[in-house]
Amino acid sequence: MPYRSNRWVMALACTAALAATAACGSSDAGTTADGKVELTVATFNEFGYEDLLKEYEASHPNIKVTHRKTGKSDDHHQNMFTKIGAGSGLSDIEAVEEGWLAQVMAKSNQFNDLTKIGPADVKPDRWLKWKSDSATTKDGALIGYGTDIGPLAMCYNKDLFAAAGLPTEPEAVKAIFATWDSYFAAGDQFKAKTGDKAWFDSAAQVFNAMVNQNKVGYYDVDDKLVVDSNPDIKADWDKVTAAVAKGQSAKLVAFGNEWNTGFKTSAFATKTCPSWMLGVVEKQAGPENSGKWAVTDAFPEGGGNWGGSFLTVPKQSKHPKEAAELAAWLTAPEQQIKAFTSKGTFPSQVEALTAPALLEQTSAYFGGAKVGALFAEQAKKVPAAQHKGPASGQIQDKVFNSALQAVEQGTSVDDAWKQAVEGSQKAAK
Amino acid sequence: MTADLTEVPSGRGVEPRPPVLREPPNGHPKLPWRDRLTRLDVKYTPYAFIAPFFILFALIGLFPLLYTAYVSLFDWELGADEHPFIGLENYATLLADDQFWNAMFNTISIFVLSSVPQMIIAVLLAALLNTALRARTAWRMGVLLPYVASLVALAIIFSNLFGKQYGLINTFLNSVGLSPVDWQGNWFASHVAIATMVNWRWTGYNALIVLAAMQAIPREVHEAALVDGAGAVRRFVSITLPLLRPTIIFVVITSTIGGLQIFTEPKLFDPAGGSGGGFSNQYQTVVLYLYQSGFQDFNLGYASAMAWILFLVVLVIAAGNFFLTRRIASTGENE
Repeated sequence: MPYRSNRWVMALACTAALAATAACGSSDAGTTADGKVELTVATFNEFGYEDLLKEYEASHPNIKVTHRKTGKSDDHHQNMFTKIGAGSGLSDIEAVEEGWLAQVMAKSNQFNDLTKIGPADVKPDRWLKWKSDSATTKDGALIGYGTDIGPLAMCYNKDLFAAAGLPTEPEAVKAIFATWDSYFAAGDQFKAKTGDKAWFDSAAQVFNAMVNQNKVGYYDVDDKLVVDSNPDIKADWDKVTAAVAKGQSAKLVAFGNEWNTGFKTSAFATKTCPSWMLGVVEKQAGPENSGKWAVTDAFPEGGGNWGGSFLTVPKQSKHPKEAAELAAWLTAPEQQIKAFTSKGTFPSQVEALTAPALLEQTSAYFGGAKVGALFAEQAKKVPAAQHKGPASGQIQDKVFNSALQAVEQGTSVDDAWKQAVEGSQKAAK
Repeated sequence: MTADLTEVPSGRGVEPRPPVLREPPNGHPKLPWRDRLTRLDVKYTPYAFIAPFFILFALIGLFPLLYTAYVSLFDWELGADEHPFIGLENYATLLADDQFWNAMFNTISIFVLSSVPQMIIAVLLAALLNTALRARTAWRMGVLLPYVASLVALAIIFSNLFGKQYGLINTFLNSVGLSPVDWQGNWFASHVAIATMVNWRWTGYNALIVLAAMQAIPREVHEAALVDGAGAVRRFVSITLPLLRPTIIFVVITSTIGGLQIFTEPKLFDPAGGSGGGFSNQYQTVVLYLYQSGFQDFNLGYASAMAWILFLVVLVIAAGNFFLTRRIASTGENE
């Protein structure tokens, strides 16, 4: 039955897209008119692959690469899952973002095991262990080659720290960011001095980092939902909501308009900062706040990761071997460093973390901090990969973020916890 | 219809055909092939001309509609290996789903908050535009401008206006000494904010449609009433409104269909850009929930069931509005 219906869907899609008939016909062949192997690479945002793909074509005359870029990560992944459902239309290489990886891992039978089809010399130890582990199934199949990562550090507003009588130099603030307890305690101290300014931007931004550091997250290793039975989650929840009750949160929804304005008006003093967040801070706080923000190579309880992607080769690919070869080449340390120089995607390869181009990178906006070396250091502090269940991403982004927002807007902590638990159960169903 | 067409004296097929010349020379009893072609042409060409609409409708309207009904009977997860048949279970789950009823309530609340003021303002606006204004065309085009602007741009501007901490409206409220409104968090305030977006966009459009109908009202009727001593308000209530009835019914029904399917405004109103419709679904509409179920949770069967229930609700409410507006708009006229 599903197969028949899929054909209908395809037929319909092709008819509806009459203007783009080429797309329906050519994906089957996978070879160009002059006999070259045609590979398609689907990415989102900026992977920095434009020049690299040209370089690959030049050194592999029998390969023609088509790059399908989507602007937004959500659109890219929805499109990808729709095509998995339709049974055709996927690119030979599909990029997968960390937040969606759990859902991809739940459908790992749709993807090739790269340890089998990839080049033999590409071993999981090319990447940081937690990175390659997170894309490895229980049976040991490697679903994706790691591209970039988002190691976490702490960003803080020096002016606000000074106003509250806190130290402002990157070395001196490390004690504040030693543990979550010291972090929230400093928040209380900060609030007592500054009044209307907040300690952090939004509860969810802190809570997600805390949960991701735990050994067990929303699921246990057997894919059983443990939201209401995992004491670590409740402990994190209690700490964050207590801080909200004391006014530490600026109650700004991350990436919304008001959040952007919050950077401009210096509404909060600290921000959990993955490597890519520096660009966001710089853009939103604007040149008028240049030099006010600083970043330090410390993060409560060690480290963490937020973001980063993988390259996968779906089983739909007509040329899985060639695709895996290209994916392996793109994620090699040398290439990833080039992508880093062109678009700032922070490399996940062990070797790339010692590359001079990375270590020498500084940020003028953050007072000339050696951010490359700083985040390379933070990347090593990331704890072992936590097991993610099929709905982990949704539970984090939709359920808990909403519940924490509800707390910030005045819902009682108990009601919001109930909302979170019920929402998680529904999402996991 | 075709019979009528064949009798048209100067159709395209008829005109260049003097019968004498076409008479077969050997007295053949059959009509020549060109004549038969012409006859076929006249008979069937109209269908060919209207066919594209119906073919396209069948493909992108009717087929998905029926296919959705089919999908709604399965536990159909996008990308799953199999889709077990579960009969009406999706519908049963849906009708017991609090989130669905919450979404239905929000949809109807936003619909009422938008459609009612919108209709009243549109009719009054049309009456104003129908008077002897200077630069009439400019005014008339002016009310259509919000409709021309991109919906996404509008939603972004409005969500800036309605921001809780830094929004313009709250800044204004603060400056005149009123307490700010939590436009996102409070359910009623968020519905008002979203309804404002809808009204801003559609009032002018509806006003133009009503205006067109208003101009078709014969002057004589108004003049007669004027002679009888009816004032402006009386003429508006007793003449203009009843004669606008068919147009108002049309506008109400289209705005019902549109209003109950509201999606873009609440989606973009969410600062996180999600489909949850606020942190506790306080402004999640049915279509948002449908989108969330189908394309974020990939539960296509459930989303399809929701689409059908929504379809039925739209039909019922549109029919209800039809009878209601017919009654309201017919006051003052004997039937």
